[in-house]
Amino acid sequence: MSIVDQLRHATRRDRVFNFMIEADRLQPDVSHGTILYVEDLSVSFDGFKAIDNLNLYIRDGELRCIIGPNGAGKTTLMDIITGKTRPDTGSVYFGQNIDLLQFTEPEIAQIGIGRKFQKPTVFEQHSVFENLELAMAGNKRVWPTLFARLTAEQIDRIDAILEQAGLIDLKCQQAALLSHGQKQWLEIAMLVVQQPRLLLVDEPVAGMTHQEMDKTAELLTGLAGEHSVVVVEHDMDFVRSIAREVTVLHQGTVLAEGSMDEVQADPVVQQVYLGV
Amino acid sequence: MIIARLLKNDRGGRIFLGLLLLGSLFVLLSNRLLPEDSLLHVPTYTVTLLGKYLTYALLAISVDLVWGYLGILSLGHGAFFALGGYAMGMYLMRQIGDRGVYGDPLLPDFMVFLNWKELPWFWLGFDHFGFALLMVLLVPGLLAFLFGYLAFKSRVTGVYLSIITQAMTYALMLAFFRNEMGFGGNNGLTDFKDILGYSLQQDGTRLALFVASALALALGYLVSRYIVTSKLGRVAVAIRDSEDRVRFMGYRVDRFKLWIFTVSAVMAGIAGALYVPQVGIINPSEFSPINSIEIVVWVAVGGRATLFGAVLGALLVNYAKTYFTGAFPEIWLFALGALFILVTLFAPRGIVGFLERRKARDEREESA
Repeated sequence: MSIVDQLRHATRRDRVFNFMIEADRLQPDVSHGTILYVEDLSVSFDGFKAIDNLNLYIRDGELRCIIGPNGAGKTTLMDIITGKTRPDTGSVYFGQNIDLLQFTEPEIAQIGIGRKFQKPTVFEQHSVFENLELAMAGNKRVWPTLFARLTAEQIDRIDAILEQAGLIDLKCQQAALLSHGQKQWLEIAMLVVQQPRLLLVDEPVAGMTHQEMDKTAELLTGLAGEHSVVVVEHDMDFVRSIAREVTVLHQGTVLAEGSMDEVQADPVVQQVYLGV
Repeated sequence: MIIARLLKNDRGGRIFLGLLLLGSLFVLLSNRLLPEDSLLHVPTYTVTLLGKYLTYALLAISVDLVWGYLGILSLGHGAFFALGGYAMGMYLMRQIGDRGVYGDPLLPDFMVFLNWKELPWFWLGFDHFGFALLMVLLVPGLLAFLFGYLAFKSRVTGVYLSIITQAMTYALMLAFFRNEMGFGGNNGLTDFKDILGYSLQQDGTRLALFVASALALALGYLVSRYIVTSKLGRVAVAIRDSEDRVRFMGYRVDRFKLWIFTVSAVMAGIAGALYVPQVGIINPSEFSPINSIEIVVWVAVGGRATLFGAVLGALLVNYAKTYFTGAFPEIWLFALGALFILVTLFAPRGIVGFLERRKARDEREESA
């Protein structure tokens, strides 16, 4: 882009600079039905290409599963979307209008992207209820937080979500005392109460029993529609049970995309996964 | 109203504030009313010693706020204490007027001694009590704000942060040791005569300072209690336990840390300002890293993240210090070190944690 073009771009009068807008007031523009645009993304660590020219589009309200062998770049992709890692090249847009690469992690969270980590991380010293209170959408600046009081409406919402996640009886329990599966659900509940447009969920069923898995599947499919959900998972049975569309990642690029059956029938995918 | 709400679920706090009130009243009445040969008479010397302990307790609360609740192990809080103390000391120096050894109406003795002709610019205004009070709050607050802004923005955490807090107080100590700095070099500021027109040698002034320290401690406790029971306090504990997660929830971790760190530094500065008129001297050794480490020991002994535990720790360790440095001066540092090791090994949550555990056990046995 020449200097003149840059100048023209900077002085466009039909928009407000993003940095002038409070992050929590930004609304993604999804008029084309796509909530997340990841284009030409590359990042390397010490010469190792973790993400290599990756393109990915997530439709508004869909539930997408991303699978791939270890080291395929799944977690790195999530790190980039949530602002933890900066890419070398490429762009990440939330809706058509929000360039996520210029925001920090808390700002991206306030814009409306929630993330669940691989290892369940809940606040162990807090009660289940307090965990949700902290996660709840709202003004997260310092002074308003100091004087914040929960309204009856907010308490009802937390209770409703606890009910949905099956944790209502454990409301006052310290989070450290929850079982592994319960912690995972609590973390998903924390995501929901944060009211993000897009949820990134990293390995939600690792270490779960089959019953727990079924319940998690139910939780996640219930979220899609109102929210867009991206699930990274290893467990094929689980992916099959929830996903309508699957993206296969391999060595930092998209190897295949389609329904679970299509993807599994793909000879390239078979080769990567099964070494056939 | 607010106080009642704050203390509703805080049995330890109620006990602490009750004891503080009763203890202060007792000290006041016994010093004023009882004859000097009475067994219960508290001599003025002891009143001042107790007042000093109370300022230490406030300092301990300020460290507990950042260490216990936010997880920042500050090994430099002595610096904020000392800066508050220096601001008060400068006011007290200016109150000496022409009663100094050299009798100069404008310059403090050490400046005359250094052959300085006029008052340096940063001493201007310190003849007003209000200005000095403002500086007591502003100087430690600003330093903490600047230091914290840089450290938290670049995400310095854990031992690295502890080390640079210690480097900060050490650098300040070296700077204040220099005569050219204009703060009295290694002698510091001393020979104070009066405060607000009242002689510091008088019993009444000393009692008033003691009462002021007790009030500051109670207020500091209530403010801290308000902070830790608010949503902000819960965010702080969340930051302590899992900083990344808090960030991904949309909280700007660096700003929360900065806010609490600055509030805590201001509190430490107030403690320093009350300390100086009671001990009658402030010198650069207050900046020495060992002092800051001692504060951390008080908090660890009393019990982290309880606030009143910090008070308990500060009072107990300092009483022990007064006793040991008098009776067996050579073993004091060994005793302090041993105390820290024993507490870490056998009561990781300090005395308060130990008592709570025993109480819980007793209750279980009763119900069984």
